Amino acid sequence: MQLHEILGEFKLDVLKEIGNIGAGNAATALSRLLNRPIDMAVPKVRLLPFECVADEVGGAEQVVIAIYFRVEGEAPGHLFFIFEIEPAKKLLSYLLKMSTEEEYSFSDMEISALSEIGNILAGSYLSSLADFTHLAMSPTVPQLAIDMAGAVLNYGLIQYGEMGDSALLIDTKFLEGCEEIQGTFFLIPDPDSFSKIFAALGVPSE
Amino acid sequence: MIEESTVVKVGMADLNITKVGSIRTTGLGSCVGLTLFDPMSKIGGMAHVMLPSSDIAREGTLNIAKYADTAIPELIRRMELEGARLSRLIAKMAGGAQMFAFSSGNDMMRIGPRNVESCKQMLQIHNIPLLAEDTGGNYGRTIELRCEDGLLNIRSVQMGIRDI
Repeated sequence: MQLHEILGEFKLDVLKEIGNIGAGNAATALSRLLNRPIDMAVPKVRLLPFECVADEVGGAEQVVIAIYFRVEGEAPGHLFFIFEIEPAKKLLSYLLKMSTEEEYSFSDMEISALSEIGNILAGSYLSSLADFTHLAMSPTVPQLAIDMAGAVLNYGLIQYGEMGDSALLIDTKFLEGCEEIQGTFFLIPDPDSFSKIFAALGVPSE
Repeated sequence: MIEESTVVKVGMADLNITKVGSIRTTGLGSCVGLTLFDPMSKIGGMAHVMLPSSDIAREGTLNIAKYADTAIPELIRRMELEGARLSRLIAKMAGGAQMFAFSSGNDMMRIGPRNVESCKQMLQIHNIPLLAEDTGGNYGRTIELRCEDGLLNIRSVQMGIRDI
């Protein structure tokens, strides 16, 4: 089943705009943090089979750094920032002049710095959404994992598991000018949150 | 030999069986990779279980591979069709991690341990001995069951490689 058949083009556009506003503000925050231009791609809103979600960031076994937030409030959901290892190291070196040689290990200080970057980005993503929708949304404290993409993203899919084999998610890629730093925001609203988002924005329900 | 390198893939909320080569699933987080093996007929089966019980299902057509209580009977049925015997089956499993720790005692967040418990219950009901397990923790796993000898190979980013 195609997503626009379920939601309709208009609602799909509304969700894209949500991704645009949230990720746009987060990218701006990142750009200020690094004092470098950050570009972002047009957000994608898709109903993805579970199997394909991890493919968006390189496959189920791809080792990624995931900074995860549970979104609490009136429209709960899951928010992930996913970086690959190299870009995360670049990010740290730009921001804090930190550099490490070891492949998969990060010091406590680096983990803490990455979590804080995530915190700032999540804060700007969600506060812009909250402003736009007038729904209260706040992130939990960040949780950071360096692990297989399939294993971490799976966490956001559990609620959808009761209803089918695919999840509705809004993902936005962002990259720094010379493409050294790139990452992906995933917003996966809980299935019940969509009606609240649409109602808050005055989108008529069919 | 070509047959030796045959790897059957099992996706998320999916199950499959094979008689040759091996069978594998990738990126297990809170999901449980449950494997059954008949040492006599060398038939191996694997289910990538996502949720503990089909009672909570709100979907129209049930994906029986997704829930512990429906996936295990189906796996047994498929293996028996190929010549495996229930009385000979042995089980191994891995996964059921809790990727992120939360203070809020939301039951949904404890899904990993609940998947493990439910799988064990189902094995008990069918009288299948659980020979080995590598469950829990807070890290992802990729597992591969070798049909030659029923060895379960477990790989993870943080903990390296181990066989059970």
